[in-house]
Amino acid sequence: MIQALAFYMFAFMTIASAVLVVSSRNPVHSVLFLILAFFNSAGLFVLLGAEFLAMILVVVYVGAVAVLFMFVVMMLDINFVEMRQGFLQYLPIGGLVGLILLCELLTVVGGWVMAPEAASSGLSPTPDGITNTHALGAILYTDYLYLFEAAGMILLVAMIGAIVLTHRRRTGVRKQVIADQLARHPADTIELRKVDSGRGI
Amino acid sequence: MFEIGLSHYLSVAGILFAIGIFGIFINRKNVIVILMSIELMLLAVNINLVAFSSYLNDLVGQVFAVFVLTVAAAEAAVGLAILVVYFRNRGSIAVEDINMMKG
Repeated sequence: MIQALAFYMFAFMTIASAVLVVSSRNPVHSVLFLILAFFNSAGLFVLLGAEFLAMILVVVYVGAVAVLFMFVVMMLDINFVEMRQGFLQYLPIGGLVGLILLCELLTVVGGWVMAPEAASSGLSPTPDGITNTHALGAILYTDYLYLFEAAGMILLVAMIGAIVLTHRRRTGVRKQVIADQLARHPADTIELRKVDSGRGI
Repeated sequence: MFEIGLSHYLSVAGILFAIGIFGIFINRKNVIVILMSIELMLLAVNINLVAFSSYLNDLVGQVFAVFVLTVAAAEAAVGLAILVVYFRNRGSIAVEDINMMKG
């Protein structure tokens, strides 16, 4: 009973905030509703018994991705009024496609039954008596070690790619280049001249 | 009604995915909201994976959800970097202007 109420609350809040993400007038509000949607789906994950993923969702999305979005939204100087033009123009086709997809997905979910032997043929069944985090770590660092390393490489490539893309070499800025300073030699720059008395150079 | 089964979670994920598609269609002027819609769709996929993992008693689904989360985070970072560069060059973030790519 409590679980059902919690499920309906989290599900309703997730869907409502997702609707507000796509239909909000101000992108800053969209980001905030995205955070709310991720919080509530973390609640759904907890109900499903995936505590580790729920916490990862909060840390990664609320802590990192949402802040990244917020930075970009606030950094770019965008005219928010102009952005809403064409909203009504695309509303019918967007609504139609979304509705068709929704009907199809719900039809699939409604007319679908699980094979009775499916529950017992899992690749790595959830062990009893240990926490979700422990069980996940036990298979993530053994059976899926190479995939885990590949995920780390993907993150590294994404980080370097983002830095390379946004790095800008400005012209006309007098920046200190220490290598140039150290490479200077007195003989290259200082010239000693004999100056006759009473005359200029 | 009070018995929460797998299909409840799948329905939530389906609705979330449809909202993501809808958001991509209606926000033609704003790439940031399109990226957020993609995040919503990936979240729907994650809910599906975790729901199946929980109801089939198989942890592989959660491992896969971790990888989906990783790729989603990387995609958001690179997408926003491209967006910043594009805005610096063109002064707008409307998708309708991105129909030509001159290298």
